[in-house]
Amino acid sequence: MIWNEAKECMSRDELSALQSARLVKLVEYVYHNVDFYRKKMQAMGLEPGDIKCIEDIEKLPFTTKDDLRDNYPFGLFAVPHSQVVRVHASSGTTGKATVVGYTRKDIDIWAECVARCLAMAGVTKDDIIQVAYGYGLFTGGLGAHYGAEKLGAMVVPMSTGNSKKLTTMMVDFGATAIACTPSYLLHLAEVLESENLIKDIKLKRAICGAEPWTEKMHKEIEERLNIKAFDIYGLSEVMGPGVACDCEFHKGLHVCEDHFYPEILNSTTMKAQKPGETGELVFTTFTKEALPLIRYRTKDLTSIDYSKCECGRTSARISRFKGRVDDMLIIRGVNVFPSQVEAALIDVEEVSPHYMIIVDRVNNLDTLEIQVEVNPQFMTDEIRGLEALTKKITHVLNQALGLNPKVKIVEPQTLVRSEGKAVHVIDKRKLY
Amino acid sequence: MLTKQLSVFIENRQGRLGEVLSVLKDNKVNILSLSLADTTEYGLLRLIVNNPALGKEKLAEDGFSTMLTDVIVLKIDHEAGSLQNLLTVLSNNGINIEYMYGLSIDGDEAYVVLKTSKMAEADKVLSENGVKTLSCEEIAAL
Repeated sequence: MIWNEAKECMSRDELSALQSARLVKLVEYVYHNVDFYRKKMQAMGLEPGDIKCIEDIEKLPFTTKDDLRDNYPFGLFAVPHSQVVRVHASSGTTGKATVVGYTRKDIDIWAECVARCLAMAGVTKDDIIQVAYGYGLFTGGLGAHYGAEKLGAMVVPMSTGNSKKLTTMMVDFGATAIACTPSYLLHLAEVLESENLIKDIKLKRAICGAEPWTEKMHKEIEERLNIKAFDIYGLSEVMGPGVACDCEFHKGLHVCEDHFYPEILNSTTMKAQKPGETGELVFTTFTKEALPLIRYRTKDLTSIDYSKCECGRTSARISRFKGRVDDMLIIRGVNVFPSQVEAALIDVEEVSPHYMIIVDRVNNLDTLEIQVEVNPQFMTDEIRGLEALTKKITHVLNQALGLNPKVKIVEPQTLVRSEGKAVHVIDKRKLY
Repeated sequence: MLTKQLSVFIENRQGRLGEVLSVLKDNKVNILSLSLADTTEYGLLRLIVNNPALGKEKLAEDGFSTMLTDVIVLKIDHEAGSLQNLLTVLSNNGINIEYMYGLSIDGDEAYVVLKTSKMAEADKVLSENGVKTLSCEEIAAL
């Protein structure tokens, strides 16, 4: 189902005209309401009148997470506190949290975007949806919640932290949909399998987001739970979940382009990449009132496709994420993305998809240790067998990464199954 | 006759072995013999106990990676050369020893726990050569 056909299926020309009009309005708005942007534009010799159409966006300055941190907590808000009805905060990778604010209208538009995404994933008002993102400062819980309510579904606000209660209610309520992180969903699959409850669930679809996941993980979720899984994307700075979502054709995530303008830039030169080329995703928010952002650098790596999707939507689609600009590890001169490790491990049936990467520097040499758990049915009590398995995994990872890692088999259920964003890397090196 | 050995995968972490033994103690699983094979990263604890199934169940409940493995427990004379004779018999039949450890020594008798490359054949060869192998019940009664 298409929730808002007028917006999601409008012609590219109409959309471009709408985006141009909204950009002009936005630039005037931030120039007059946010000191940070006015000063930045003045320093660049830019005035609002210089921005006449969407193509002029490349004249505008960038915004980074550091800018939000430097103006902590409310420095970039464009409205007085009396108009802000809610704040959220995301984990600051360094130092203080990143704080974001919403007016009543912002909350409405957010719910609209999430409703579009849920509809894209096939959720309707007849569904019972468990929202198992954290409720609180994290945007996931309340964001998904408001969108699901807008859609008219029956919302079960589970939040995170109690898998037993969640699985019990999933069975007892006959929940048909769930919104949570993909790693947590795999954890839930483990819980359901261990309790022999898979046969009792009525789950049909999952809307997963808040962390990058691979195609392999997507497939594993679908197979283990016998459901359809969809990828929802968002970040609190831009809004929260609901910025983009994939449809039943899984050919990339449709961006709510009438509200958020995506650019894919070469993260070194900051020049636009061609459609299909990987680059850093940068967003400009057209309609946000409390925290409008111009060219916000997400640090997420993806590519974009402007062609019309088989589902009928004309909105641009961003590909499955290829990593984060700031998540990339450089080990012995080789670039390593944790998602590569995950994708490689899913090909090894003897181990679970949970892993931990430990990077260290010993005697000026980078070391890469990858900890894995052996699936119970493949466990052996022969050292020879375990050594052979270690060797096999090392080989698979070597092929995937171009690096020879030290593989360490650890006891089952000891690697972190995070109920929020899974932490898969421990980098002990002090490089900065 | 094949019997069951209780095997536990243990990461080399302080106190981990003690935790395994404490689960067995709490469930009154008595250890008749053990062998601990170690590497730099992990150890494999192999146990002959009076109730291997119960031991596995309880350890698994506590999150240990545990399994039951087929082994042969056999009786040999407690005198020089008897083990060597036995190995020659297996070797002559193309059977390799994966690992082996002693069980208990009582007077003139000794017991050996064997894991071989070909368990069924080893069992056959041993019984053809008149070697006494023990069942779970007999082990529990030792």
